[in-house]
Amino acid sequence: MALSTQSTTGHGQAAAPRRTDRGVIGAAAIVVFGTAGYFVFPDNLALLTHIISTMLLVLAIDLVTGYCGVATLGHAALFGAGAYGAGIAAAHFGITEPLTMTLVGVICGSIAGLISGIVVLRAHGLAQLVLSIAVIHLFQEAANKASAWTGGSDGLSGIMPDAVFGRFEFDLFGQTAYVYGVALLLVTFVLLRILVRSPFGMLARGVKEDPVRLAAMGASVQSVMIRMYIISGAVAGLGGALSAISTQVVGLDSLSFTLSAETLVMLVLGGTGSLYGAMVGTVVFMFFEDTVSAANPFHWLTIVGALLIAVVLFAPKGLYGTAAAFFERRSRAGKGRDGA
Amino acid sequence: MQTVLSIAVDALAYGMVLFIISIGLSVTMGLMRVINLAHGAFAMIGGYFASYAARDLGLGYGVGVLAAIVGTVIIAIPVERFLYRRIYGQPELTQVLMTIGITFCVIGIANFAFGPTLKTIPLPQMLQGSVDLGFRTIATHRLFSIVCGLVVAGALWFLIERTAFGTRLRATVDNAAMAASLGVRTQVVYAVSFAVAIGLAALGGVLGAELLPVEPYYALRYMVTFLVVVSVGGAGSIPGALIACLLLGAIDTTGRYFAPEYGEFFFYLAVIVIVTLFPRGLAGRFR
Amino acid sequence: MNTLFEVSNLKKNFGALAVTNNVSIGMAAGDRLALIGPNGAGKTTFVNLVTGHIKPDSGRVTLSGEDVTGMRPAARVQRGLIRSFQVTRLFPDMTPEEHVALAILQRDGKAGRMSGHYSAKPAVMKEVRETLSILGLIELSHLKVREIAYGQQRLLEIALAMALKPKVLLLDEPAAGVPQLETTRIERALDQLPKDLAILMIDHDMDLVFRFATRVVVLAAGTVIFDGSPQAVTKDQRVREAYLGSYANAGSAA
Repeated sequence: MALSTQSTTGHGQAAAPRRTDRGVIGAAAIVVFGTAGYFVFPDNLALLTHIISTMLLVLAIDLVTGYCGVATLGHAALFGAGAYGAGIAAAHFGITEPLTMTLVGVICGSIAGLISGIVVLRAHGLAQLVLSIAVIHLFQEAANKASAWTGGSDGLSGIMPDAVFGRFEFDLFGQTAYVYGVALLLVTFVLLRILVRSPFGMLARGVKEDPVRLAAMGASVQSVMIRMYIISGAVAGLGGALSAISTQVVGLDSLSFTLSAETLVMLVLGGTGSLYGAMVGTVVFMFFEDTVSAANPFHWLTIVGALLIAVVLFAPKGLYGTAAAFFERRSRAGKGRDGA
Repeated sequence: MQTVLSIAVDALAYGMVLFIISIGLSVTMGLMRVINLAHGAFAMIGGYFASYAARDLGLGYGVGVLAAIVGTVIIAIPVERFLYRRIYGQPELTQVLMTIGITFCVIGIANFAFGPTLKTIPLPQMLQGSVDLGFRTIATHRLFSIVCGLVVAGALWFLIERTAFGTRLRATVDNAAMAASLGVRTQVVYAVSFAVAIGLAALGGVLGAELLPVEPYYALRYMVTFLVVVSVGGAGSIPGALIACLLLGAIDTTGRYFAPEYGEFFFYLAVIVIVTLFPRGLAGRFR
Repeated sequence: MNTLFEVSNLKKNFGALAVTNNVSIGMAAGDRLALIGPNGAGKTTFVNLVTGHIKPDSGRVTLSGEDVTGMRPAARVQRGLIRSFQVTRLFPDMTPEEHVALAILQRDGKAGRMSGHYSAKPAVMKEVRETLSILGLIELSHLKVREIAYGQQRLLEIALAMALKPKVLLLDEPAAGVPQLETTRIERALDQLPKDLAILMIDHDMDLVFRFATRVVVLAAGTVIFDGSPQAVTKDQRVREAYLGSYANAGSAA
């Protein structure tokens, strides 16, 4: 359970008012980088949208791993549920309005979150990890078998979303999809920022740091974790829906162990227990992946492996966490305790 | 009836291969309390060594097996010394990441060195062909795997229950601090157990190559299977691992016979049921 | 007086060892009870049984007339049965302010809220500051718990228990490992608690016990061997035997 050495110091909450400013900075950063991405990489918007949908999954993992301390290797189940939910709604039920498709994805993700939460939270340690792995395989095999609905190993196609607000068509260059993705990410970030600072967010950190103490305060540890799994499912489902809408296909790889493991790696690379860590990790990982794996997928695997080992050995707080800790130390040394 | 017996024989062969590979993982996880996802990578390395020695150098099956065990252990020793020792006693997530990292590296390097194709290990004359069991025939090498599994189980039982090293091992598993204060050099116990575990993984990788073919993604493909065996059996327990392997082998084989289109659905469903009912495994002491 | 809290015929065996053997203790509102006994008498086990961290083999625990024996620890806490831990259990990466705020919000049923920061709620902040001031922790409000001294962490344990507004408070060696200055602080904090609260304290510091308790219960080998006033306990023959073993017999015989 305990992952305390992995947590970043980013959420130590030294001074509450200043934190709000940082939330605004984060939101502003999303807008700035989002806009920059649009103009700097106009030919690569599909990749950027792919990064955003993956980022939502990584944020979802952060909620249960970084905040609640649950180690999971099966979180793509929540993402895939959202992707298939939105995709099936469009392909089989004619629900092609993109906001509605997104909502269907969020709901399906939440339900998958509830189901896998109930299963995974039955155990601790190794057993918990194995349960999370079993869940993702179970979801994938089920999706494979239900090929009438999901297209099986050929993937689900025929997803034709309408124009957003009836005006903005999903174009060949992926411009609409990209803007839609940035908007979803921005809204999600703001909501999650509120969530992790809220009393409930404190309960979640309490679950990670000492569940026995939390129970001795009268809080139900199990209920906190289940609620967090549902929220996490909503976020992951949103990512899945975005992926289904933007690529217009859903494949079995969206329900894979590999995706679960890779996104966990992205989170740890950026730093657990921080929304910024999750986002930074995703961007760094996927940009490198795109560059290196184009040359040779196996070299890429070697590099990821070496990177992981290096992070565990030298920067257990991840890229963002290490940087944040460095600046926090410096500002402390500079100003002393501010006690605000 | 014939079908049942037929499934039972296949399940037994599969289960025994699983057992040879996973038992080392079970012992080290019970002993060092470390979640090791890279165990399959060592089995794969064993397979590559054997293939290289037996096929490319033409040295024969026996030499191949020996080369696999010795070569893999030699590779594993520095890995244990410099990487694994850093994660003993660390949080699970740290252990998971480190061992996934090792696995990824091994896959990448294996592909670079040997290419992405399947590697076969030529069987000696003796193990080719098949044996008639009366109700069906069985490939000789499968029978050989079963026998090897039984020998390994017996030998391990003897090592752990009947030798001085086994006494120290059991003491260290029960309470490492206490064992150390009684003069057991626990670091040595760890190192030797790790070496034995890796050697067995390599052996299993070679013997099981017909069922679990050797290729770069082997380490990732079966990572979960081995981990599941340990979790279901209970880390650190030989009988637990044996039961788990036979049970999971039976479930998997039966599923493939009667409902191949469901893939591993029933396998993982069974895993969830068993692990939920026995969170410490069927005979576990881990946590 | 009305019984607020009652433990009746509580039993627990660990294997063949009876760690809690038919223990019955009743407490009324306002009781200040010290539970003492030699090492291994089963004091902490008793607390764990009462709070639900261990399941008893038999017996009943009632709080304000309600049977809480089968309840989870959290459910008992919600009904006002609060404990502190013998070995400090806190959230290492949170600040004292966050700890107390979380306890207050949880007590008021507002900890599940998914928006707003506690620092924006004047009532919560006022109570947080008051509680931390009483225990002399106000200066440390914004440090992480892992950065503050052990004695101060013990004080924070008491602060949490206070913030939860208990009806019955079980303090498991609150002063263990605490320097003298902090012990005084703990005593003063306990004095400021509402008078109608029932407190059961386990401690080895007899001076503290005598200053605090109006009633003493002695536990030896899982059995209650004495239940009475602090004045009577030192004169009791069985208590002397339990603490001093056969030496007491030899001494009194000579």
